[in-house]
Amino acid sequence: MAVLVIAEHDNASLNDATHKVVTAAAKFGGDVDVLVAGEGAGDVASAAGKISGVRKVLHADGASVAKQVAEAMEALVVPLMDGYDAVFIPATTMGKNIGPRIAAKLDVMQLSDITDVIDTDTFERPIYAGNAILTVKSSDAKKVITVRGTAFDAASEDGSASVESVDAPAGPFKSEFVSEQMVKSDRPELAGAKRVVSGGRALGSKEEFDRLIVPLADKLEAAVGASRAAVDAGYAPNDYQVGQTGKIVAPELYVAVGISGAIQHLAGMKDSKIIVAINKDEEAPIFQVADYGLVADLFVAVPELTEAL
Amino acid sequence: MKVLVPVKRVIDYNVKVRVKPDQTGVDLANVKMSMNPFDEISVEEAVRMKEAGTATEVVIVSIGPQQAQETIRTALAMGGDRGILIKTDETVEPLAVAKLLAKVVEEENPDLVLLGKQAIDDDSNQTGQMLAALLDWPQGTFAYKLEKDGDALTVTREVDGGLQTLKLTTPAIVTVDLRLNEPRYASLPNIMKAKKKPIDEKAPGDYGVDIAPRLSVVKVTEPPVREAGEKVEDVATLVSKLKAAGAI
Repeated sequence: MAVLVIAEHDNASLNDATHKVVTAAAKFGGDVDVLVAGEGAGDVASAAGKISGVRKVLHADGASVAKQVAEAMEALVVPLMDGYDAVFIPATTMGKNIGPRIAAKLDVMQLSDITDVIDTDTFERPIYAGNAILTVKSSDAKKVITVRGTAFDAASEDGSASVESVDAPAGPFKSEFVSEQMVKSDRPELAGAKRVVSGGRALGSKEEFDRLIVPLADKLEAAVGASRAAVDAGYAPNDYQVGQTGKIVAPELYVAVGISGAIQHLAGMKDSKIIVAINKDEEAPIFQVADYGLVADLFVAVPELTEAL
Repeated sequence: MKVLVPVKRVIDYNVKVRVKPDQTGVDLANVKMSMNPFDEISVEEAVRMKEAGTATEVVIVSIGPQQAQETIRTALAMGGDRGILIKTDETVEPLAVAKLLAKVVEEENPDLVLLGKQAIDDDSNQTGQMLAALLDWPQGTFAYKLEKDGDALTVTREVDGGLQTLKLTTPAIVTVDLRLNEPRYASLPNIMKAKKKPIDEKAPGDYGVDIAPRLSVVKVTEPPVREAGEKVEDVATLVSKLKAAGAI
């Protein structure tokens, strides 16, 4: 049996989400190979070879897969699947974009966002914003799976797998990369951060969000997150959104500031180890999941907390 | 351009889901159902395209039980032109939905299929991408902004780390994210008008598509319950508690 893992990376460095998917793939069983598709991503391919338990790395280098657009990734991965029983893909926006496209081409039902591997046919995944856990059995011969990173530990790095070249598909494709605007930040990445400070609508403006949330996050060396309401109001960029349809996080410490705690937000953070909530409304649902709740005016409490750390 | 908008009837996003005691699923009896919120955004976008003169016709399609007709009516009240209901009481998985939609596309020849990025019941996030694969069309998922650019579409997508812009040839598949627009509420006159708009009723069998599920439910269980912790008096207490817990 053999499993193909698709690596998450930005051509410069390998994202930790890949290590977590390797753990899930190892639980499925068989040989685990990692596909690194990118342009000039040689360092990423070498890094993937260091992940423990990896048999070999397949490296596709070319402009067509530089941004991992779905049409090119389909052309690359579908033929490779002749040699694999399953493909495991991180449930990042990259993985969510390409997984179902590959599955449909293979005529199989994808298993989205799995949180556990029970056996080679049976998997666990959250449904209804994590308010129910589905154990589901697939009758498809090949499995296409996206993996929720927070549910698996990252595989360690004491491997020395060889890197093998595979051809990047030749374009042109029906979709073409035009540009990207990435939020530059020295902070830890939200999805994998050990600590997260999130702000909600109660902050009232982008200025207050930046003035209160950012210094607290700096002090805690935390990533910054936000509720949907705060993102919709423009206080924080889109990809800061924690929740059912945004980022799923499970840090050691999650600090929710001025967030009421809608079901959809809780879905994205309730697996955090320690949750702190600061909110002036003592009836806010966030307090039902918080380990430590502080009923207070955030405009007073947050600067005080930042100062005290 | 002609736009096809698939919509799904799902549990209302405000309803607290309850798992059935026999672990076969969640309790949907007497629960408020609504249009999937992401589908409202795709309907809104299609209607705005029509109002702007870029779309010529907006066709709404839903796959589900008889009551899914109400979901189609809601979309027609928002400004859709006509509807297609593919009636079935079975659970139809995303792959089968995509196969049915591919047949509808063959009949209707739209230039654009606008779908919600995911349904808030099974949280699969698959149908649009699968439909794109089956049709060999380009896909722009998680759309934040959508613009017509001659015969092409420019789609700005919400991705990890920021935004990405793609140019798609048409016909194309676009799935919408939360920030694309804010859906309107249908006005009473439009709700009345929608009652007269035509809805074609079909069955999966009419399309010759095998909708037999590939997945079977072993069980559905409650997630581990997180107990509420303690309220702390002030910031100083919070800091000392966090220190004691080793969190800082």
